[in-house]
Amino acid sequence: MVTGLTWNIADDIRQLFLYQFMVNALRAGTIVAVLAGALGWYMVLRRQAFAGHTLAIVSFPGAAGAILLGISATVGYFAAAITAAIVIAAVPRSAGGRGRSSESAAIGTVQAFALACGALFVSLYGGFLNGLTNLLFGSFLGVSGNQVLTLLVVAAAALATLAWIGRPLFFGTVDPDVAAARGVPVRLLSTVFLMLLGCAAAEVSQITGALLVFALLVMPAATAQRLTARPTLSFGLTIVIALAVVWLGLAAAYFSVYPVGFYITTFGFAGYVLAALAQTAVSRPVRSPVAAARA
Amino acid sequence: MSGVAGVAGVASLAGLRSPDRGAAILASGPITGLAHIMNQPFLRYAFIAGAAIAIASGLVGYFVVLRSQVFTGDALSHVAFTGALAALAAGADLLIGLYGACVLVALAMAALGTRGQADDTVIGSVFAWILGLGALFLTIYTTSATGANGTSGVNVLFGTIFGLSAAQTVVDTAVTLAVSIVVIVIGRPLLFASIDPAVASARKVPVRVLGFLFLGLVGVTAAAATQAVGALLLLGLLAAPAGAAQRVTARPFLGLWLSAAIAIVSVWTGLLVAYSEPGIPPSFGILAVATVSYLTAIALTSRRTVTQRS
Repeated sequence: MVTGLTWNIADDIRQLFLYQFMVNALRAGTIVAVLAGALGWYMVLRRQAFAGHTLAIVSFPGAAGAILLGISATVGYFAAAITAAIVIAAVPRSAGGRGRSSESAAIGTVQAFALACGALFVSLYGGFLNGLTNLLFGSFLGVSGNQVLTLLVVAAAALATLAWIGRPLFFGTVDPDVAAARGVPVRLLSTVFLMLLGCAAAEVSQITGALLVFALLVMPAATAQRLTARPTLSFGLTIVIALAVVWLGLAAAYFSVYPVGFYITTFGFAGYVLAALAQTAVSRPVRSPVAAARA
Repeated sequence: MSGVAGVAGVASLAGLRSPDRGAAILASGPITGLAHIMNQPFLRYAFIAGAAIAIASGLVGYFVVLRSQVFTGDALSHVAFTGALAALAAGADLLIGLYGACVLVALAMAALGTRGQADDTVIGSVFAWILGLGALFLTIYTTSATGANGTSGVNVLFGTIFGLSAAQTVVDTAVTLAVSIVVIVIGRPLLFASIDPAVASARKVPVRVLGFLFLGLVGVTAAAATQAVGALLLLGLLAAPAGAAQRVTARPFLGLWLSAAIAIVSVWTGLLVAYSEPGIPPSFGILAVATVSYLTAIALTSRRTVTQRS
């Protein structure tokens, strides 16, 4: 059976499911898209895009270090991202206007240092150039059945936790002061959320590569929040967009020689640009969910 | 083996550098060590260009952190990667792509964001897509018939400071020193505009123009620093010394110079460490020293705040 794009939709879709590795890649992509969409929506709302990016970056030395030690890369991804989440949550926030700038300097430093450690581990391990490019820019080849199962279990646990803390987390995001006054443990929720975000970043890294995690964490959520201000609708829309981007990206990569990370970022960004253009064309100022909930 | 050569950035020069000898000579005394460094052309270039890049990064980085534009610096660092590889894929000189892409994107981000400060989500989206493009160019370049083996991509990502040529050293040193001079000249109004844009514009300080100019300078610095520590790590050179300086002192101009000083110390110490220990890439050495200095600053100042409160 020769594979190749025939532009016969039914035949092309049948071809996609021809090989076990592609079926595994599609399963993994689906799991990752749902988790990334759900957590990305909260992340964009909480304006923690930079922290999410750092968590993804940190998964690279995690994976490289795990390979160096002879452990499974999957373990390295999760261990590094969750540890980094705890560290970021623990960094003390100084009061006043200088707080934000020193916090972002801290995140930037952690991020660059993590990448430097990744470079060190790769250098010490010695010569797996393709492995390095795959860790950074993603690969959908060679996702095993066990890996899919791990992704599924972690995603299910993370989504269950998110469902449990979802409402107070939304309250704490929209208005932290009032939420704290009403007895919502804002600080604790923020830590738990960062850990969940770490899980999501580690999972997305395994498909898109550590550097392109943004494509699934930020872009679908940013697109959806541009299209509608209603929280429930934009939450659902985020997941739908994330799924569409992953499926299209995997299909395009399957039929061409270019990396999957390129397609996933391109489709995600195209969606975001279209949404931004549509918003400008209608020229109706869409309020963010935060503003809508405050009103 | 090409991967090791690329990441270490030095192994390709293995003939010039036998690990035990380097460490032994450096340990034999400061004068002998200095003479040894000056006698090796690749080490001399690395130390000179490294110092110039460090000064520019320290000065620009101070304002980047002050203006909460670390995220912009981060996005630029990834743009540097795509620009360099796009130039390589098109068969042009790497430097053209590097400087062109960094400056253009920096100005575009200044235009997109409100008041010269770009929005996190917008930057994040643009930036992820640009990196995706970089992955595409990397594939085009490595699969093209020119016989490239992929080390260029890794070199752009993680730097090749020990591989600088004499011409590159001159260009980098001149460009980064020019950036440093411009930053010092516009330092006072830029500081005013960064701390209180509203009052500054009421006092006829051209806040918007300064914002554009500053992001342009960040772009040039990012392009120069990419050659030293690599596209992925230049953020650390921008953020860590500046973050440390701002924690240690609240006086702006003292902090500015302190930031540049910490950057130079980080680069030089990092280079020495990488030269004496063969397994350590120079970028890792530089980033490790910068991170340690930032952590030390946090440790010192958090004790001070505690004692002040009690």
